[in-house]
Amino acid sequence: MATTVSAPGRAPAGARPGAPRGQDRLAGPARRSWLPYALLLPAIVLELAVHVVPMVVGVWMSLREVTQFHIRDWSGAPFIGLDNYRITLDPGSTAGRELMHSFAVTLTYTVLSVLLSWAFGLAAAVVLQRPFRGRGVLRTLFLTPYALPVYAAVITWTFMFQRDTGLINHVLVDNLGLTDERPFWLIGDNAFVAVLVVSVWRMWPFAFLCLMAGLQNVPDDLYEAAYLDGAGFWRRLTSVTLPMLRPVNHVLVLVLFLWTFNDFNTPYVLFGGSAPRAADLISVHIYQSSFITWDFGAGAAMSVALLLFLLLVTVTYLLVINRGRRRA
Amino acid sequence: MFSPPPSPAGPPPRPKRLLAAAVAAALLTPFLSACGDSGNPAQAPKTLTYWASNQGASLEADKQILQPELDKFERQTGIKVSVEVVPWSDLLNRLLAAATSGQGPDVVNIGNTWSASLQATGAFVQFDDATLGAVGGRNRFVPAALAAAGAPNQPPTAVPLYSLAYALYYNKKMFADAGIPAAPTTWEQLVDAGRKLTKGQQWGLAIEGANISENAHHAFTFSQQYGGEWFDAAGKPTFDTPQNVAAVKRYIDLMAVDKIANPSNAEYAQNQSVSDFANGKVGMLLWQAVGSALKAQNMPADAYGVAPVPFLASPPAGGKRVNSMVAGINLAVYKHTKNRDAALQFVKFMTSDEEQVALNKTYGSLPSVTTVSGDAAFQAPEQKVLAGVLGSSAAPLPQVPQESQFETLVGTAMKDLFAQVASGGRVTEADIKSKLSDAQSQMRG
Repeated sequence: MATTVSAPGRAPAGARPGAPRGQDRLAGPARRSWLPYALLLPAIVLELAVHVVPMVVGVWMSLREVTQFHIRDWSGAPFIGLDNYRITLDPGSTAGRELMHSFAVTLTYTVLSVLLSWAFGLAAAVVLQRPFRGRGVLRTLFLTPYALPVYAAVITWTFMFQRDTGLINHVLVDNLGLTDERPFWLIGDNAFVAVLVVSVWRMWPFAFLCLMAGLQNVPDDLYEAAYLDGAGFWRRLTSVTLPMLRPVNHVLVLVLFLWTFNDFNTPYVLFGGSAPRAADLISVHIYQSSFITWDFGAGAAMSVALLLFLLLVTVTYLLVINRGRRRA
Repeated sequence: MFSPPPSPAGPPPRPKRLLAAAVAAALLTPFLSACGDSGNPAQAPKTLTYWASNQGASLEADKQILQPELDKFERQTGIKVSVEVVPWSDLLNRLLAAATSGQGPDVVNIGNTWSASLQATGAFVQFDDATLGAVGGRNRFVPAALAAAGAPNQPPTAVPLYSLAYALYYNKKMFADAGIPAAPTTWEQLVDAGRKLTKGQQWGLAIEGANISENAHHAFTFSQQYGGEWFDAAGKPTFDTPQNVAAVKRYIDLMAVDKIANPSNAEYAQNQSVSDFANGKVGMLLWQAVGSALKAQNMPADAYGVAPVPFLASPPAGGKRVNSMVAGINLAVYKHTKNRDAALQFVKFMTSDEEQVALNKTYGSLPSVTTVSGDAAFQAPEQKVLAGVLGSSAAPLPQVPQESQFETLVGTAMKDLFAQVASGGRVTEADIKSKLSDAQSQMRG
């Protein structure tokens, strides 16, 4: 194996180290071609094991009646075709109605969370773009939520959101006197606000990190030129910063969307496994419908539907972005 | 996204490429070897793995309580038991994962209300007469506790380990201050006492409104008193019957109409009601064998009284004289165990007279075997009340495979109703019926 590796890979004698790749490829295309695949192999094997196989198993499970009667030997669970989909996706049934409700809540939550996280991240990145004393400290401070373990952070939030003893109500009611009545945050309609706040708190440092990295690549010349042309702050932001950040934003928004849409830990820890209706996010909803009610086939069907939706969103998004890029 | 741009330099020199291949091989090796590691069944392990449920003040406290007993078992039999205390929030998921994968512990604690659900998985050793004989025989166990260890007319899927029941705990001083002479025996008296206790920052009754299991347990007891059932004889759910609607309404109304419970209780799910009771913020608490937890929160046993949970003053036709579920913890053995005999030996050890006294005394629960009920450890007022309830007026939760779905769906519906009340909304019978119908329509299997 070592000999096959070594011989073909050597650059022809006398070739410049920086020679274009084409020349090298001409020297021995057949002999070199396996190496990239070999290097990819571990990643592919792990990708198959960690992502693709569970997805395929999920699709398979969604076509079977996997309940507590069959989980011990779940490969032998009876095949029921599309029944799980019929029950869980039928808007006429309670389960279908609840899933649609959960989907709508999740979509609203995701859009708001991504928008707010992105806006906070951008604002902080722009403010910290120029060097000043204490910039390093602020950067570190801003990244803290991203570095904290999710469970510990969200449990702290549940304490802060408690009605009688929580910090939030202490500030809002006792210190600022904004309302007379102490509001609930972990039950009822405010639960949506609570989970949104925690989500933005967790996600915006990532947006900040990416946008800060993106800003490093914006040449100072552009700002100087804009400044000389008399452009103010907003003009520089909209005509220089944002267009230069476009490639970063394309990826950032997609990643934030997918992460937030699928986020399980935040609502699960915040609401202890059963979210109030106003904050019934889809990941916990599916967990409730499968793990808690022992109906893994129905849970798998919902997960497959969710997977298809996210795939559709991703493909559409990438198509639109790529078309825009080609036009540009 | 953050990968560095491709290097403009030519192909890497040979050592680097070898290194890359080595790294690739190294990355693959653990994965492939993990796939091939199926264990060696020829060697029966001398070690058992035991998942214990959280019975004491903390997971660590439980480990410290159990470890000396497990050491004793090892000295007697040469079998080492490695224990992990699993929090209640994870236990059912972990049990299911172990059932699905056929890997995991040999012996486990299960909540007794899960018995029939877990029995349906077929993952556990059935305690038929021969197996029961190996751990001391059927007659050794308290009949009510054994009845809550699996579906009727089938061999139990576990044996009872710790027995519990609900009781009414009341703060003696607060009762005396409010001029309440004795513990209430009817709900009407309880409401009356609650009104007398509720003033300023002090409330009459603590309710764990966001705790799904607690809600479902109360739904069961009230339903029995109103003559209802959550499943019919064929095992089909009957959630939205008038009796069940009335039962749920009676419980919700303690906060909504009688206003003897703090609306903040609607978000309680982490045993905050026990803390409120221990701290004198509330005068009454409906709970299972809570004495040891109160002691841990510095409430001495002479500061509170214990009485059976009240009944309706005038029960409707068909109403049953039931004021608690048969609560408890069972001990089960996975079929996948590689050392079934050792596992059964361990079950026999844990249900032996000596261990039953030692462990139940520590946890404040009751023994699940008939032979030690007269022991001095169980003569405290709390234990006597609990034993009286278990012996006369407790009934097991429905022993049907869908029991845990019932707890989840009905408990969640009640959590939503409490939230509605706490936010100032009204809850009518129609609201409750609609919630229960929705819950029922989500039942499958």
